[in-house]
Amino acid sequence: MNTKSLSLHVPEPTTRPGDAPDFSYIDIPNAGSVRRPDIHCDPQAMRDLAFDLIRVMDDEGNAVGSWNIELSNEVLIKGLHDMLKTRIFDERMLMAQRQGKTSIYVQCRGEEAIACAQRAVLEKGDMCFPTYRQQGLLIAQDFPIEAMICQIYSNAKDKLGGRSLPFFYSEKEFGFFSISGNLGTQFMQAVGWAMASAIKGDTRIASGWIGDGATAESDFHAALVFASVYKPPVVMNVVNNQWAISSFQGIAGGSANNFACRGHGYNVPALRVDGNDYLAVYAASQWAVERARSNLGPTLIEWVTYRAAAHSTSDDPTKYRPENDAESWPLGDPIERLKTHLIAKGAWDDARHNAMIDQLKTEVKAAAKEAEKHGTLGKGPVPGAAEMFNHIYKELPPHLRKQRQEAGV
Amino acid sequence: MNTKQQDKDLASGKHIPRKNMLEAIRDALDIKLGDDENVVIFGEDAGYFGGVFRATEGLQKKYGKSRVFDTPISELGIIGAAVGMAAYGLRPVPEIQFADYILPAFDQIASEAARLRYRSAGEFTAPITIRAPTGGGIFGGQTHSQSPEALFTHVAGLKTVIPSNPYDAKGLLIAAIEDDDPVIFLEPKRLYNGPFDGHHNRPVTPWSAHETSKVPEGHYTVPLGKAAVTRTGQEVTILSYGTMVHVAKAAAEETGIDAEIIDLRTLLPLDDETIATSVRKTGRCVVVHEATKTSGFGGELIAIVQELCLNYLEAPIERVTGWDTPYPHAQEWDYFPGPDRVGAALKKVMEA
Repeated sequence: MNTKSLSLHVPEPTTRPGDAPDFSYIDIPNAGSVRRPDIHCDPQAMRDLAFDLIRVMDDEGNAVGSWNIELSNEVLIKGLHDMLKTRIFDERMLMAQRQGKTSIYVQCRGEEAIACAQRAVLEKGDMCFPTYRQQGLLIAQDFPIEAMICQIYSNAKDKLGGRSLPFFYSEKEFGFFSISGNLGTQFMQAVGWAMASAIKGDTRIASGWIGDGATAESDFHAALVFASVYKPPVVMNVVNNQWAISSFQGIAGGSANNFACRGHGYNVPALRVDGNDYLAVYAASQWAVERARSNLGPTLIEWVTYRAAAHSTSDDPTKYRPENDAESWPLGDPIERLKTHLIAKGAWDDARHNAMIDQLKTEVKAAAKEAEKHGTLGKGPVPGAAEMFNHIYKELPPHLRKQRQEAGV
Repeated sequence: MNTKQQDKDLASGKHIPRKNMLEAIRDALDIKLGDDENVVIFGEDAGYFGGVFRATEGLQKKYGKSRVFDTPISELGIIGAAVGMAAYGLRPVPEIQFADYILPAFDQIASEAARLRYRSAGEFTAPITIRAPTGGGIFGGQTHSQSPEALFTHVAGLKTVIPSNPYDAKGLLIAAIEDDDPVIFLEPKRLYNGPFDGHHNRPVTPWSAHETSKVPEGHYTVPLGKAAVTRTGQEVTILSYGTMVHVAKAAAEETGIDAEIIDLRTLLPLDDETIATSVRKTGRCVVVHEATKTSGFGGELIAIVQELCLNYLEAPIERVTGWDTPYPHAQEWDYFPGPDRVGAALKKVMEA
């Protein structure tokens, strides 16, 4: 009989503040080493892909292997533009939050490739169910950033009337479902939306998004069960940026097993992909989108990446992880890597790169300035108090009409 | 009680078929599946088998598997899927097998379906009707008997409906499905087969012996947000809904107190005009529901009555509810607020 005391296992990240960064827990195969199955492949016959890591760009910036689908320079330069614009937009909004123009902001620094590249392979009419860290889905469509800033500032031109948190955009025409602050809920809804497309015999597909931390929510399991049962046209994206605020991915069960392989329990084909490799994200997304569009059903993709910035402007990561951790992230920076690739191809150079940055900074600054004319949080021509009574129901019921009168608005 | 649609049919000499509550609900679902191709029905056992109470019986066969289908045992999945489908443009009518089982879906109901319109400024909406059998009286014990309506009336963005008879059940359900906002549609399961008056030791009266089982063929609606006066009276107003409407009627008859009974039908939005008109007339009020007492909907009703009718009240308002205990199994009839308890409350307000 065992007489030793039992003990609870609480996973710990490899490093804490003061330690040197250590990412030895991630195995990184050579670019181009992972096979590319046909989209008709039986999920059982491609189980190895959930434990591997699809990478296209090697350290010198060359595109290699079967996932290299030889994207045109035009597509790649657009991708670089989108990622740069997203980052510059984030930097500007971070500054705006520090200046008191909004209450909170969330950057997607380091993860730009994932939303930008996937959006590039989706079509108009498809619907994304994003988290708050996929602003690239809008920016990659050249969505007017002034409208995004007006929403972030909750000003008079915020089309959501100031009712929602900053960056909780809703843009139906751009395939961007209204963002919820309750984590994971949208993952199940994406599956439901895709089921509707199949019920109607349509051709549209859904793209659901969730973070590594929120995979612990029951919604993740429910979404996979429904996806496995009804085989709706949906791409199920898990953005594993290693951190859920201060909890490393091991607290979501990520050290026990990776997130991609969870698809196997449901017989949903799963890919694990270098999320900082624009070419790999593009190719893997295209594979999953083609499957969905061909009525072959869902695909689960784990994007391995790193949350290079704080969770939000209310967070201080130096309290729980080594400072400058992101600089040691072995999969590098998505913008730098695509730039290196384009230069290696002879399609880009530093001068053009810097010119693009300058032009985007000017563009973003001008949009912010224009948005500011319509007010910032609590300052200037902000939405009236009466707005809080709008859109609760299609028509305001009597008890709310009374309350609005009582509020004097 | 004759309704407008019944009056019209009677005037035209048309025969009105008799239906129990389940048949009336199935009829409403059949009509909406037939006249709106965006209506879809799904739930645990709701497809091939037609539901554990048989509310959807035959509908999969008639409309096909992509319109009426079985789901995994995942209430959050059922409602989460419904929210996604609604965002697509469908009009889902999911079934939750028992209202007791709805809690795993509460996040998808209260934070998602109820808020979608608000947070997207109407760009995405959730015209979902969630059907669930509610209440006790069938020896369902703790997990097949509860009345969770107050959980939903507390959430901005939802409408909550509880019918008490076949005619209303059909008309309210069609109105709920056609409504552009999410509706929680709670069906008192003890009423599926007969108008239960709380006397559990007497034989069940079938719906066919009740006036409200005359359910006209075809499409009609009973508007949401409108209460019905099911018994006119002068001495006291009873506010109730669902099963307890019938219990209240039994109590009024047995005590000989001339009570006016208001069947709220929709708890939110609440028809406070009908309530105020009646209480101002009678000067007395008893609130009756089967759900637990503390923070129950009865507390809300009492607050509204005193806001609107304080100067007319001749006695403190009484409330008769289930006890603040879990719903017990063997002690079901000690828990259930039957006609004796309602009668005692009526006498108390009359004597005050």
